[in-house]
Amino acid sequence: MNTLSLSNVNVNLGESAVLRSVNLDVPPGSLVAIVGPSGCGKTTLLRTIAGLQRARSGDIRLGQRMLTTHGLHLAPEKRQIGWVPQDAALFPHLTVAENVAFGLGARGGAAGDSRSLRKRSHDARVTELLALVGLESLADRSPAQLSGGQAQRVALARALAVSPQLVLLDEPFAALDPVLRAELRIEVRALLRTQGVTGILVTHDQSEALSVADYVAVMNEGEILQFGTPPSVYGRPATPWVAHFVGDAVVLPGMWSHGSVSSALGNASSEWVSTLPAPADGVTVSLMVRPEQLVVAVGEDHGAPATVNSVSYTGHDAVLGLVLDDGTVCESRVTAAGLLSAGTRVTVQIAGTCLAYPV
Amino acid sequence: MATRRAPRPLVVLAVVACAITSIPLLYLVVRVGSSGLDELTMALGRQRIPQLLGNTVALATAVTISCVALGVPTAFLLTRTRLRATTLWVIVAALPLAIPSYLAAYGWLAAIPTMNGFIAAWFVLTLVCVPYITLPVAAALRVATSGLDDVARTLGYGPVRSFLLGTWPQIRPATLAGSLLVCLYVLSEFGAVALLRYPVLTTAINQAYGSSFNRNYAAILATVLVALAVLVVIAEQSARGRAKRRFTAGSGVVRHSVIRLGRWAPASYSLVAIVPLLAVGMPVGVLFYRLLQAETLRELNVTELLAATANTLALSIGGAVIAVVLALPIGVLAARYSGRIVRVIESVGYLALGLPGIVVGLSLVFFSLAVVPALYQTAIVLAFAYGVLFMPKAIGAIRSSLGQVPTSLEDVSRTLGYSTSQTWWLVTARVARPGILAGALLVAVTAMKELPATLLLRPTGTDTLAVELWSRTSASAYGAAAPYAAVLIVVAAIPAFFLSGARRAATEDTA
Repeated sequence: MNTLSLSNVNVNLGESAVLRSVNLDVPPGSLVAIVGPSGCGKTTLLRTIAGLQRARSGDIRLGQRMLTTHGLHLAPEKRQIGWVPQDAALFPHLTVAENVAFGLGARGGAAGDSRSLRKRSHDARVTELLALVGLESLADRSPAQLSGGQAQRVALARALAVSPQLVLLDEPFAALDPVLRAELRIEVRALLRTQGVTGILVTHDQSEALSVADYVAVMNEGEILQFGTPPSVYGRPATPWVAHFVGDAVVLPGMWSHGSVSSALGNASSEWVSTLPAPADGVTVSLMVRPEQLVVAVGEDHGAPATVNSVSYTGHDAVLGLVLDDGTVCESRVTAAGLLSAGTRVTVQIAGTCLAYPV
Repeated sequence: MATRRAPRPLVVLAVVACAITSIPLLYLVVRVGSSGLDELTMALGRQRIPQLLGNTVALATAVTISCVALGVPTAFLLTRTRLRATTLWVIVAALPLAIPSYLAAYGWLAAIPTMNGFIAAWFVLTLVCVPYITLPVAAALRVATSGLDDVARTLGYGPVRSFLLGTWPQIRPATLAGSLLVCLYVLSEFGAVALLRYPVLTTAINQAYGSSFNRNYAAILATVLVALAVLVVIAEQSARGRAKRRFTAGSGVVRHSVIRLGRWAPASYSLVAIVPLLAVGMPVGVLFYRLLQAETLRELNVTELLAATANTLALSIGGAVIAVVLALPIGVLAARYSGRIVRVIESVGYLALGLPGIVVGLSLVFFSLAVVPALYQTAIVLAFAYGVLFMPKAIGAIRSSLGQVPTSLEDVSRTLGYSTSQTWWLVTARVARPGILAGALLVAVTAMKELPATLLLRPTGTDTLAVELWSRTSASAYGAAAPYAAVLIVVAAIPAFFLSGARRAATEDTA
């Protein structure tokens, strides 16, 4: 098993820099989700790893194999990396089994023309791969007859045909409906794990990234802002931007003093999150609180007085929009049992430790 | 991805293809340019040229105006009113495209042998050209919104003014583009005007070439014709101006109100029926009447008919192969890459769209005589002329069928271990193959109907269906011409109609 590592990878499309000195180490056998807003360069990163896009500079290696170094570029067909694109990209002129056989073709030294594929489409290895994704019964279908989820499974089986150490998945679930999407990603996760294949999944859906991956890389504007396990990325985001991107966040100005921040919400013990040294007492910082950390109570003396301004009810929980008496706006996530109506006078308190960032 | 830089070998191949197709034309221009100022001014000063020029411009203008007058209302009726059996009417409206102009002229002449002159030429060409307006305008009307009309109505404008304010700006570009097609069609038209004895530039070129002592004069006339075509293209582009992209695909669903015909129904049905009836129904009817006459059947020489059919098929298939080979690098570039060089190459590739067939024919005569005299009047030069003339169709087919192959298929193939060239053959070319073959077939059936270049370049003794039909008709032997016309319709017109996408373009979204 080999680690994929990228160091200082820069990629340009035309004149503009799309990736800026990206560093990433993917532990073998893990599933990494790359998440970021659209246009942040996450698909370009995936294409660069696959060799479909040339890097301007930087190194990419898989174990001892150099894939990209000093502007040298190993052709994608020599990298042995599985690729599952967003549209599944099944070859329309081939059946399901022939699509998988196409994957076995080139490295097996066989031709990829229709006739030899037809012959190979009943090979034991093809059947085995289709069985992995549970589609043996559809072997002779044409891609046009498959549902979106089935097409993605065939694309995965085809990618696994080259016995890759690494499979890259470019938003493979984006076009599926939410229920199917949840099912399929659990299935894919399990399949990659049993096959012992490292996976990199690109998605713009942060909840998908947090729920399925071993590690999450958050990207914006061509840079990886944070790499870590889902709890660490959600619980200790590197910047307020990351905090907003991976979940709801309340960010307020506050004053730092001895590991605690005083703000409109009162005093809260806080952790300093920055590469900079902790500030001196009395310095203004940005305080980040998750809405579920804000405890709302009715008829109590403790905490900041506020009024419920809006209620957005989602079933399993609800988000209360609050206006503190000094005009500060924030929100709190409460269980449905704690539902209040707009206009209710409440007090707000922070539970647990908050995070403080440089302004 | 369209942002990739085009690989050099492909660019070189495309440039070579462009050069091959444009060298004969350049040669023609150079020849005219080097013929000496005296000769040039003398030729241009002759009485005939201003008259020919006047006739050509008058005919093109008259036909364009009448086509717009008929085509825009027809398109409106087809898309915005509650016509019964709309789909059928839409197909019928496209039908005249399948009929070569000389075949329509044949039909009318066989019925009324005294037809000739400006009115006759104007009448027949209008019938044949109306779909060039109807189809693009109907397509534009289908995606245009009538919401602007509705707003105008609520602001107190009447229905006609509202249409002019709201819908007309949205269909104006399509009307202009259609007018351009009609204009170029009439400029390059040869068969019908020759049969109807109306002297224009193309017929004069043919005549001057026929009287072989005066070939320089033919070259000068051809240059004038090309200059005229260029002027028309420039005029259309400047008229279209910036309005072009103002009303691009609206967001989401297009709404338009459908108008009940009420007491206008009889007039409406007459309008949508009249052009197809006169352009297709009448000539085909006359044709079959003539065909089934005892005299025709008695005189029919089956061997000659079969020989002409075989010649037609062989020449047009050869032309299709040449067109596709020349178009392949250009089509691949246009479909997969972008950039200034690619744009220039592509527009040179489409050059022949504006070139009259007779000019291409003439330039190849000169070029083959000067460079490879051994090839003069051989089937190779004629097939090559077909290749040059119809290369734009092949480029279009290759470009669109390659454009429909998602690049993600190529990505997957690369990651599965296939090299660039293997990927091209096993995936890209394989998936695009049906579209490219259909394009080749379309070129072949279009070439079968080609007349002016065929008349100039055909090897002596090799007659095609179009040539036989034309020469018999111009000798007023309408009965003898009928079998050739019938076979031409069967082998070329009907498949061309189904292949050309005219039917598809017409019926799209009418359900």
